Amino acid sequence: MNTGGYNFAYLDEQTKRMLRRTILKAVAIPGYQVPFGDREMPMPHGWGTGGIQVTAAIIGPDDVLKVIDQGADDTTNAVSIRKFFAKTAGVATTTRTEDATIVQTRHRIPEKPLHEGQILVYQVPIPEPLRWLEPRETETRKMHALSEYGIMHVRLYEDIATHGRIATSYDYPVQVNDRYMMRPSPIPKFDNPKMDMNPALQLFGAGREKRIYAVPPYTKVKSLDFDDYPFEVQSWDQSCALCGAGDSFLDEIITSDRGDRMFVCSDSDYCQDRQAARSKEAAE
Amino acid sequence: MSAVDQPLLRVESLTRYFGARAACRDVSFDLWPGEVMGVVGESGSGKTTLLNCLSARLRPDAGRVLYQTRHEGVVDIYDLREAERRLLMRTDWGLVHQNPRDGLRMGVSAGANIGERLMAVGARHYGEIRDAASAWLGRVEIDLSRIDDRPRAFSGGMQQRLQIARNLVTAPRIVFMDEPTGGLDVSVQARLLDLLRELVRELHLSVVIVTHDLAVVRLLAHRLLVMRQGEVVEAGLTDQVLDDPQHPYTQLLVSSVLQA
Repeated sequence: MNTGGYNFAYLDEQTKRMLRRTILKAVAIPGYQVPFGDREMPMPHGWGTGGIQVTAAIIGPDDVLKVIDQGADDTTNAVSIRKFFAKTAGVATTTRTEDATIVQTRHRIPEKPLHEGQILVYQVPIPEPLRWLEPRETETRKMHALSEYGIMHVRLYEDIATHGRIATSYDYPVQVNDRYMMRPSPIPKFDNPKMDMNPALQLFGAGREKRIYAVPPYTKVKSLDFDDYPFEVQSWDQSCALCGAGDSFLDEIITSDRGDRMFVCSDSDYCQDRQAARSKEAAE
Repeated sequence: MSAVDQPLLRVESLTRYFGARAACRDVSFDLWPGEVMGVVGESGSGKTTLLNCLSARLRPDAGRVLYQTRHEGVVDIYDLREAERRLLMRTDWGLVHQNPRDGLRMGVSAGANIGERLMAVGARHYGEIRDAASAWLGRVEIDLSRIDDRPRAFSGGMQQRLQIARNLVTAPRIVFMDEPTGGLDVSVQARLLDLLRELVRELHLSVVIVTHDLAVVRLLAHRLLVMRQGEVVEAGLTDQVLDDPQHPYTQLLVSSVLQA
């Protein structure tokens, strides 16, 4: 196999062993943030170095990798990470969700349901859900240890008091397996229900903050809410302008200086599949 | 003996050293339900150290702090597991800081400040939390229209009253106060003291109040400890201690007050 002079998947074997030990611990304690030794990667923090290191630790020669950024396979971040692993690990890549064994993602969960055996790797900017109210790491660790999560609701209270509803729309806090409070990374809350009892393994890597956490397959993931203000996901008046989907997460795209706009699926693979099926139907 | 016949808090020979210096030496007293205990003394006499030891924030080097819990009998608060101790501090106990900025969350609204303790013990109904917050704002005489304002926008006296409401919302049994009237002008002080006196009587609160202001203890406290260099030099009923001081230091303290 030609990996361009790099060790398989860029990282050295000792580093990958360290990462695997971290991941195993994270899987054993769902939602708990496990510290790890972050390595310098050939791209800056904020470009998904946490997710890339997790992917590098778990990827094998037979894996098929899909990388998405905001749901799309063709954005800069997705393309460069996909090429990175194609070069340093020589693995097959795909844009089709159902064909991938590993999906590395930034800000979305694919629309197509994941199945057993697949691994979803999230890129995480800030892993600590309690950080906004408590700047001290010693204190947030203690709060996690003692399950003192009451203050998370203070944030939702403020949302309702200010906006009349829970206005937090992404990075919406969840409680994993009835125990640890977790930040799902900046995915829209539209995707939160997909995390619950998902058959795929979900791994989260935060490079700058040096934390890895995980949600094992078929694990309960509950979005926080109030009894009288239950958790809700976003909805749109439109359907996707390209494929007509009414059940997917839509991006608003400005199409002219006069304020024309269209709404299209953020998941490019899902949208293209539906468009292909449509034109096939039309042809028949 | 029934719970009524026992003190709520019993302090036995509490001692805390900082290096070789005793900040607080051999302090003992009982605090009964509904009783207000004043602690006075000059700066550096160990008042705040004593308060920190009592309120489970500073482990004493010797001595015990025994608390009569609601259901599990008498416990030494420093024998409790940390989780239990922190729960106690959030529910049964209140702590009013001298500087309201230490006791409030300045970044969230007044309503959220009051509601935080409720949410911390499991309240998950927004409407009920909001109602409780409104009710408490009313009780501490803060206009209801300020419920969504941040404490930053409040005056010093309002911040202090908000801090008191935030502590009392879970119906605590003991409130520890560290110079609650410090930094407030006299008319605001008077209103705050009025309010405190009313709440103490209404809610049958036990209070330990640390202050250097003899007027405050004269108004609020039933009993008084006079501290000097880490030791209690005189203790007794407030009026008795202030009107007929026995210890030379207490005599000095009482005669130092300027008469307006």
